[in-house]
Order: sequence, then structure tokens, then C-alpha cells
Amino acid sequence: MSAPTHDPLTLSLSVNGETHDVRVPARKLLSDVLRDDLGLTGTHVGCEHGVCGACTVLIDGRPARACLTFAAQMEGHEVTTVEAMGRPDALSALQQALHEEHGLQCGFCTPGIVVTFEHYLRENPDPTAEEVRNVLSGNLCRCTGYQNIVAAVLKAAARMRGEAA
Amino acid sequence: MKPAPFTYHRPASLAEALALLRTHGPAAKPIAGGQSLGPMLNMRLARPGHLIDLNDLIELDRVRVKEDMLEIGALTRHHRLANAPEVQRSLPLLGAAAASIGHYAIRQRGTIGGSLAHADPAAQLPLIAVTLGATLVISGPAGTREVAAADFLQSIMTVDLRDGELITALRFPLPVGDLWAFEAFSRRHGDFALVSVALSFARDAEGKIDALRLGLGGVDTVPLRLPEIEARAQGRLADEDTIRDLAAATAAAIAPEDSAKVPAVYRRELAETLVIRAFQSALTREEGA
Repeated sequence: MSAPTHDPLTLSLSVNGETHDVRVPARKLLSDVLRDDLGLTGTHVGCEHGVCGACTVLIDGRPARACLTFAAQMEGHEVTTVEAMGRPDALSALQQALHEEHGLQCGFCTPGIVVTFEHYLRENPDPTAEEVRNVLSGNLCRCTGYQNIVAAVLKAAARMRGEAA
Repeated sequence: MKPAPFTYHRPASLAEALALLRTHGPAAKPIAGGQSLGPMLNMRLARPGHLIDLNDLIELDRVRVKEDMLEIGALTRHHRLANAPEVQRSLPLLGAAAASIGHYAIRQRGTIGGSLAHADPAAQLPLIAVTLGATLVISGPAGTREVAAADFLQSIMTVDLRDGELITALRFPLPVGDLWAFEAFSRRHGDFALVSVALSFARDAEGKIDALRLGLGGVDTVPLRLPEIEARAQGRLADEDTIRDLAAATAAAIAPEDSAKVPAVYRRELAETLVIRAFQSALTREEGA
């Protein structure tokens, strides 16, 4: 596909299975387009240089920083945000476990953590606590609620494997 | 923090990407994973007029073993590198180093070509490339050329990449010794290491060290390979005395920068400790295998 090179660009983005047409500057970050143009404010914006992990989304099913990605790059790719991962009346196993284990305090980092681990638990359904901590190191929780987050991820993993937990 | 305006290009082929780079010259910047360039754009440390997005050049996302080399396409992501069976079989040191880059989400996007082009002196892949004598394949207006990683990396974030040129692949010579270790120390998990050590060697029937390769990151403006330490190790038993001697000699051979945050003596002692640890983990892994 050859590039549209005029600013602003008209883009067709596939987000959570729906197609959205937007007109945005080439330099607009995916995180900002999701929030400002599509109203999907579950993707949080923290550090804007890839450190904090609050803006993590899935690109073609794999975790990625929306703040290090331009919306223009996403044409032809599938973006999945936290909005697709459970609803208040039907939480995902991971969200339910985060709720039960008090795996969040202020909740700002939670969407990035949910997105990261919804993917990771499919890749590794039976992680050790150490493996969970390793992956969690990519998501900063400024309330430092890590113990409970680790407990919640392990609990969700056990439930997703069909074990009582 | 928002990037300065740029014109976005999305070439569909290597030829198209090279044409765009040639047309726009120094105003153009290629972007692949964007895990290092993204922050620089956001903080406006980089303000290219043209961004050339390489992500559609899927022919550059490849891992393949030829008889005497492992060839990695420049667009190969760290996560794939860390998990590719070809890498695990023929160059597990490379896989282990790739698995330790940044964080999980960063590894899904970041590419080997980007890491080499960015040339952070503490980064994993430049260190492994220098230690194992890898060669970069570079395409540009004058055709294709190959350059040794040690020559390509010139200084901090400074590389032998001319206008209009693009890294297309990295080639690692095979085979290398079957004992290996990658050891790094950083203050916080996922940060760039203060010092990192890459080690590869073989042992003969008597347990003597053969074909040692030793590289250090974070102790100079580029990753260093230490041939004098490699020569010092040749033919010696891999026992505790030898390991301690080689580690001490390594510490004496480097001249890290002195700074208030990280004094030179600290990096030197860290290098010594990490060399010992690298030998120990290589030998322990052998016993466990």
C-alpha cells in the first residue's frame, strides 16, 4: 500500500472489530486518536514515552504502547483496547480477580495491566509468580499495589485453566 | 509531549523505501518498531520532516539459518528473536539477550535493525553483534554493502549509516561455542544495564577453554569485545582461579566513564562481578543440560 502523505490524513481504523473513519494529523499518537477522536478513554495516557504502560493496547493481538504508535500506522491492522475486554456487568476473569484481590488502588494503571495480561495469559496460561512479576515490570503502578495485582493475575490464570481459585 | 509535524510515508517495498530515503535525504527518518524513536519524537529530541514507516516490509521480518550463518532480517521483533527455534538452537545467547530487552510490550514491537541503528551503548543486541562478530547488511543508493558490527558502531548513538541507507539484515557467523551467558545489571528491571556481559566459549575434552568470546556493554561509548582477555583464556581450565583471573583482567582492561551517579570504580567492579557470574551461569547451565 502506498502512503497518503498529505496532512491531515483520512484514515480508516479497525478498533475492537469496528471500522472508524477519522481525519487526523500524521503526528497524532494512537493513544490520542483513541481517546480524542474515538471516545475510547479506557486507554490511559501517562508518561508518553513508553515507560509506564498505561496506554497499552493490542495491535494485531499483541501488546503495544499506543503512545509510541501513530494512528496512521494502524491502517490495515486491528487495534483492541480495554473496552473490548469485559463490561461492568460481565467482567473478564482477570477483571473479576483484580476486583476480588483489590488489585487496584487509584486504577489509573489498570487498563494497561488488563490489556497486557489478557494477552499474556493466553500465551502462558500457567505462569509462575516470577513470570507475572517480570511481565508486570512493564506497567507502573504509582500506588505500588503490585502484590495484589500479582495475586489477581495468578488467580485469574487458575480460573481460566478451570481450576478452583 | 507531542511530536513535531512530519509527513508520513508508508512504502510497500524495500525499493520504495530506499527511493523515499534518497528523495528526502537527511530530513527523512525510518521508523520500524519505534520503541526508541517514538520517545525521541514525543520529546522532540528528533524532528524529522519525513517519517518512513518500514512496517510493511515484511520480507525483512525473517530468521533463517544457512550453513555457516544465522541471518536475521532487520524487521525481526525482539519477541520473535527470543522465541525462534532457529535462534534457540544455533545462537541461544542471542535469544536470551533479546528476551531481556525492555519490557514485554516493548519486545513485541522493537526490531533488531532499529536497535542496531539506534546504537545505545548499553543495549543488548549491539553487544551481542559485536561479541559474536556479526555483520550488517546495508542497502542504499550505491547498492548493498556489508560492514562488521564493530565498525558500524562508532560512538554513542553514532553509526556508519549514510544518507539513504537502510539496515536490511544482520548475519551471525556459525557455529559458536556451546557454552554461553548473558549477564546484566540495571537499577530497575527493564532499564538499560549499567554494565552487561556477553560470553560464549567451548571446552575441549580436558575442560580447557577454547574460542572464548567476551563482550562488555555499558563500559564505553560502544560495546567492547576484549580480544586480549579472550587470548588469555585460551587453553586454560575453566576453574575458579582462571575465572577470577579473567574477571580481574577484564576490570583492569576497561576504562569506564566516571560520573557522579555511576563512578568508574563501580562499573569496573560490576564488570568483574558480572564476568564471574557469566562463567558460573554458563558452566551451571552445562551441568544442568
